Amino acid sequence: MSTRTLISPAQLARPRGKFLYWTAFTVVTVLFTLVFIGPLYWMVTSGLKSPQEFAQTPPSLIPDSVHPQNYADAWGVMDLARLLFNTLYYAFGALAFQLVFDVAAAYSLSKLRPVFGKAILGAMLLTLMIPATVLVVPQYLTVLDVPVVERNLINSPWAIWLPSVTNAFNIFLLKRFFDSIPRELLDAAAIDGASSMRTLRSVVLPLSRPILGVVSIFAVVAVWKDFLWPMLTLPDPAKQTVNVGIYSLAASVSENWLLAALAIASLPTLIIFLIFQRNIMSGLTAGSLKG
Amino acid sequence: MSAPTLHKNEARRPAPPSGGRASGPEHGAFRRALKRNLTAHAFLIGALLCFSIFSWYPMVREFILAFQKTENGETIWAGWSNLTYIFNDPAFWQAWRNTLLFTGLALILGFAVPFAIALILNEFRHGRGYLRLLVYLPVMLPPVASVLLFKYFYDPGYGLFNRILESVGLPGQAWLQDTDTAMLSVVVAATWMNMGGATLIYLAALQSIPGELYEAAELDGAGIFRRIWHVTIPQTRLILSLMLLLQIIATMQVFVEPFLLTGGAGPEGATLTVVHLIYQYAFTFNNYGSAAALGLVLLVLLAGFSAAYARLSRAGSED
Repeated sequence: MSTRTLISPAQLARPRGKFLYWTAFTVVTVLFTLVFIGPLYWMVTSGLKSPQEFAQTPPSLIPDSVHPQNYADAWGVMDLARLLFNTLYYAFGALAFQLVFDVAAAYSLSKLRPVFGKAILGAMLLTLMIPATVLVVPQYLTVLDVPVVERNLINSPWAIWLPSVTNAFNIFLLKRFFDSIPRELLDAAAIDGASSMRTLRSVVLPLSRPILGVVSIFAVVAVWKDFLWPMLTLPDPAKQTVNVGIYSLAASVSENWLLAALAIASLPTLIIFLIFQRNIMSGLTAGSLKG
Repeated sequence: MSAPTLHKNEARRPAPPSGGRASGPEHGAFRRALKRNLTAHAFLIGALLCFSIFSWYPMVREFILAFQKTENGETIWAGWSNLTYIFNDPAFWQAWRNTLLFTGLALILGFAVPFAIALILNEFRHGRGYLRLLVYLPVMLPPVASVLLFKYFYDPGYGLFNRILESVGLPGQAWLQDTDTAMLSVVVAATWMNMGGATLIYLAALQSIPGELYEAAELDGAGIFRRIWHVTIPQTRLILSLMLLLQIIATMQVFVEPFLLTGGAGPEGATLTVVHLIYQYAFTFNNYGSAAALGLVLLVLLAGFSAAYARLSRAGSED
C-alpha cells in the first residue's frame, strides 16, 4: 500500500527525484547500520580479541587473532550460567504471576463488573501517575518487612515476582482488549452453564492470544532490563541478575572477558526481539496513545 | 480441548433477550448479585493484594516517611525538618540543575532525533522494516551492555570516539571525565539506548496522516518544510505533546545511565541527578526521611505533567 507522504510519487519518479531518493536511502541505511549495528559488532569482536590487541591504539576493526576462549573464560569466571539462570527464573516467574493475577483482574474488571470496579481500576491507574522512582524507597522498606505477614523478602525471588504484578499498564491493556470481546459470547457461555473461570479459559483466553503475547513479551523483557530494583533487593551475588552481576564484576575482570560477557548477556533479549519483533512493535504502538 | 465445540454452540444460539430474564423475588436477585460480586472479587484478589502491599501502601508510606526521622533506633515525627534539611543541602540544588540540564538536552536530542528519523523513514519505500528493526535494537539490550559499551567508546585514551575525532583532525575530548561534557555524553548514550520506542510511535502516527492533505498543500505551492510545518506537525500534534510530556516525566527520573556511566555523581558532581541523590540519601546514608522528602518534591513537580498527560490522552482516546 502506498499512501502519499510528504514527497509526492511524481516528484520521486523524475530522474532527479530518483537520484536523490537512492542517495538518501543509501546514506541513511549505511549510517544506521554503522550507528546501531556498529557497537554490537565492536562488542562481539572485542570479546574475541587478545588483551594486548584490545588495548592497542588504534583499535583493529577485524581481530588479528581470534580467541573464542574468551567467551568460555568469561562464562566460567563470571559464573554467567548462574546469572542467566537467575534472570530467566525471575523473568518467567514474573510472567507467570502477571498472567495469572493481571489477567484475572482485567477479566473481572472488564466482564464481571464488581462493585467498586471503577474505583479499583482508578486506584490501579493512579500508580502510573506517581513517578516510579519516588516509590523505590518505600517499596524497598516494604520488602524488608512485608506488613501483616512480617517477612523479609530480600534475596528472595518473591521480591521480583510480587511487585511485578502491580503493572497497571498491562492490566489496562488486557482490560481494553477484553472489553472488545462481544458480551453475547460470554452470555451464551453462561447460559450453557459455564462458570466464570471456565468462560475465561475457554472463551476469553483463546480470543486474547495477540494481547497475551504482547503482555508476556513486555513482562519478560522488563525483568531482563531492570537494574535498580534487583540491585537493591538481591544483594547476594549468587542470586543476582545478569545486569547487576556483570555490573558488580565489571571492575575485577579483564576487558575482553567483560565484553564477551556483555555479548552473552545481550543475546537472549536480542533473540526474543528477532523472533517476536512484529508483536513487539505492534504492541508498542497499540498502547502508545494511553502510555 | 472442549473450547472449539463450546464456541460453535454459542455461535448458533441467539443472544438472550434482555428483558426476558426470570425475575424472581427481591432477595433472589440480591443473592445473585452477591454471588456475582464474590466471584468478581475472587478474581481480583491476587492483584489487589499485590497492589495494596507493593503500590498503595508504599505510596502512603512515602508521605509518612517524609515527615519522620529515625534517631537512636527510634522513629519520631520530624515535621518539616527533612524538607529544610534537603533544601539546605548544596547537593540538592546541584542535582536539580543537572536534572533540568539532562531533561533539556534530552528534549533537544531525544525528542527531535526520533521525530526526524521517523519523518525520513516514512518517505522510504524500501528497507523500512530493516531500518525500523535497527532503531529499536538498542532498546532490547540489557542496560548494562549498552552503557558499558558507551563507557568504552568515551574512554579518552583508547575510546572509539576520540579515535574518530583524531582521524578527522579534531582534538580528543575527556567526555565523561570533563564537567563540561559529562552530562551531554550521558544524554547521547541515553538517547541511543532509548529512542527506538518513540521513533516507532511517531512512525505509526505519520502513517495515519491522509495523503490528500499533502497533495492539497503541494497544489498551494508549499515546499517540503512548509508541508512539515502546516500538515505533518498539526496532524501529529496530540502524539507529539503526549510524547513530550512522557519524556519530561521519564527524563526527570533518570538514574541508570549516569549511575552506570559515571558512578552517579560524575566529575565534581556534574552528573548527579535528583534520583541519584534520593538513592544516596536512602542507601548510602540510610537517611530514609530525607530520601522520602526529596521524592515528595519530585512527585509534586511531576504531578502537574502527569495530570496533563492523563488529560490529553483521555481527550485523544475520545476523539
